[in-house]
Amino acid sequence: MSTAGTGTDAGTGADAGAPEAGAGPGPGDGPAAPPAPAITTSGLTKRFRGGQIAVDDLGLAVPRGSIYGFLGPNGSGKTTTIRMLLGLVYPTRGSVRLLGEPVPGAAARVLPRVGSLVEGPAFYPYLSGRANLARIDAADRTTDPRTAAARIDAALDRVGLLSAAKKRYRAYSLGMKQRLAIATGLLRPRELIILDEPTNGLDPQGTREVRGLIREIATDGVTVLVSSHLLAEVEQICTHVGVMRTGRLVFQGTLDELRSQGSRRVVIRTTQPGEAAATLAGLGLADIRSADGEVSALLADQSPERICRELVLAGVGVAGLATPRPNLEDLFVGLTGEGFDVDG
Amino acid sequence: MSTAEVTVVPLLARPPGAVPSWLRLLRSELRLVFRRLRNLALLAALAALPVLLGIALRLAAPGGGRGGDAGSSFISQLAGNGVFLAFIAITLMIALMLPLAVAVVSGDSVAGEAGLGTLRYLLTVPAGRTRLLAAKYVAVVVFGLSACCVVVAAALATGAALFPVGPVTLLSGNTVPLGQGLLRVLFVTLYVAAAMAALGAIGLAVSTFTEHPIGAIAAVLVLAVVSEIADNIPQFAAVHPYLPSHWWLYFDSLLRTPVATSDLLHGLLSFGVYAVIFCSIAWARFTSADVTA
Repeated sequence: MSTAGTGTDAGTGADAGAPEAGAGPGPGDGPAAPPAPAITTSGLTKRFRGGQIAVDDLGLAVPRGSIYGFLGPNGSGKTTTIRMLLGLVYPTRGSVRLLGEPVPGAAARVLPRVGSLVEGPAFYPYLSGRANLARIDAADRTTDPRTAAARIDAALDRVGLLSAAKKRYRAYSLGMKQRLAIATGLLRPRELIILDEPTNGLDPQGTREVRGLIREIATDGVTVLVSSHLLAEVEQICTHVGVMRTGRLVFQGTLDELRSQGSRRVVIRTTQPGEAAATLAGLGLADIRSADGEVSALLADQSPERICRELVLAGVGVAGLATPRPNLEDLFVGLTGEGFDVDG
Repeated sequence: MSTAEVTVVPLLARPPGAVPSWLRLLRSELRLVFRRLRNLALLAALAALPVLLGIALRLAAPGGGRGGDAGSSFISQLAGNGVFLAFIAITLMIALMLPLAVAVVSGDSVAGEAGLGTLRYLLTVPAGRTRLLAAKYVAVVVFGLSACCVVVAAALATGAALFPVGPVTLLSGNTVPLGQGLLRVLFVTLYVAAAMAALGAIGLAVSTFTEHPIGAIAAVLVLAVVSEIADNIPQFAAVHPYLPSHWWLYFDSLLRTPVATSDLLHGLLSFGVYAVIFCSIAWARFTSADVTA
């Protein structure tokens, strides 16, 4: 963590112009103001020609040091948002700040501190993995060409591609391609890494590898934004999530906050579902469902003990009673809509 | 461990003596163009054609001295001097092969990167849109110049091997020493390279409007051919001087004494104007467009 910090501190110092970016992220800067959030957007809107609104009034807030899961079904505007964050697509309205600096205004100054993988890997098929990274590094006016070879090999090593460095990109497997794309973000120390669907199309093995890599990147204090259309893929590693649906942010916060969004239910296993349901209704519980010898209802502010007692008093045989934590996947689907309904 | 070693390297302060960053990008761009098999095949074809042409002309005129007929003054000159093969080769190649080579590289320049998706990776480095476009254009110009040099070099070598070499008799009838003749060859090469640089600017501009390199390449080539055809239709005489291809063949002024410098300057002015206009279009488009590829 400290090594990445020192490298980037030197950078902010050299740039010197930025007013609030002067607050270095170094741990030793006692009285300094807290560093600007990794990403903030306000009112971010993109309307493409043809009138279709891809992103609508988006207010992202990605804290420093977080692993932010950027979720939403395909077509919900995640990639367009990421393209706006990186200055590839210009917003119709609204603003983006990366590490405290405006984009696209200060893109030349801030983007070197940001690594990214946008919409899948893309490289020259006739060049080797190493030559592809050399090409990317040569475009960076802030890196030292004399350290390029060492930095490229270190990045390849980190994603486990060093032994395939001389192979042509064409011959890479999908997982290797994905990892090479991640390696572009590791060519130099970064403060923020943005990964758009880094596990797309990977087998479970590859997905696990990428997850491990993300965790490892984040232990250096680097902020990571990782987008996915599957909650399960990022749930284990994220500290924060933002959920998009049809261009709008429908939830943003920590995973615990997302869990607390869902109301707890009480689930009763019984051989007398009819009576159980009646009792629950009598207690004023809402949304009563009955299936397969199980009756469930929203717990609301009732205590499970009281419900149990009432059931027993009503002569209902209770084989089991549980108040499971809400399933994140269900919450997620509740936020983003069911199945194939990809509106937009 | 290996990563720690890398991160301590001071990155943002450019050490003195390091290659300037623009040169690094340009070198990378040139490497991309000149290592691409397709482009090398184009250059090889450009080298092979003058050789075939020389052989064909040598077989057609075995005796040497009986040119003059049918007004093919170039060809009759060739019989007396191999240097002329360079002019003949350029004249024939500028009709299609040289524009084709330049159309391929310039049309592919931005559209090819967009099509592969590498454009978004370069721009998020960030390479800088203006900076990347400038490097691309310089690479196109260098490739055009190389293409012209390849044609001339192959023609000179073939000419020297198959025909006598000596003082050069110009189209105007005077004879100049071999050294001056070769100097004129050099000027012809540079003039044609300037013409190709202008065509390259058109290609660059077209290339910023699409993600399909083949489409851009075809569009540039069609444009060049249409311009050449229009230039041969007398009814369009009024617009001839404004056509991008109109001044291409005026390099033959360099083969006369005195040299018709006003024609050459007109040509260069036309190329310059085309280059400025289309580079501006490319820049305006490329710096304002959303990159969604």
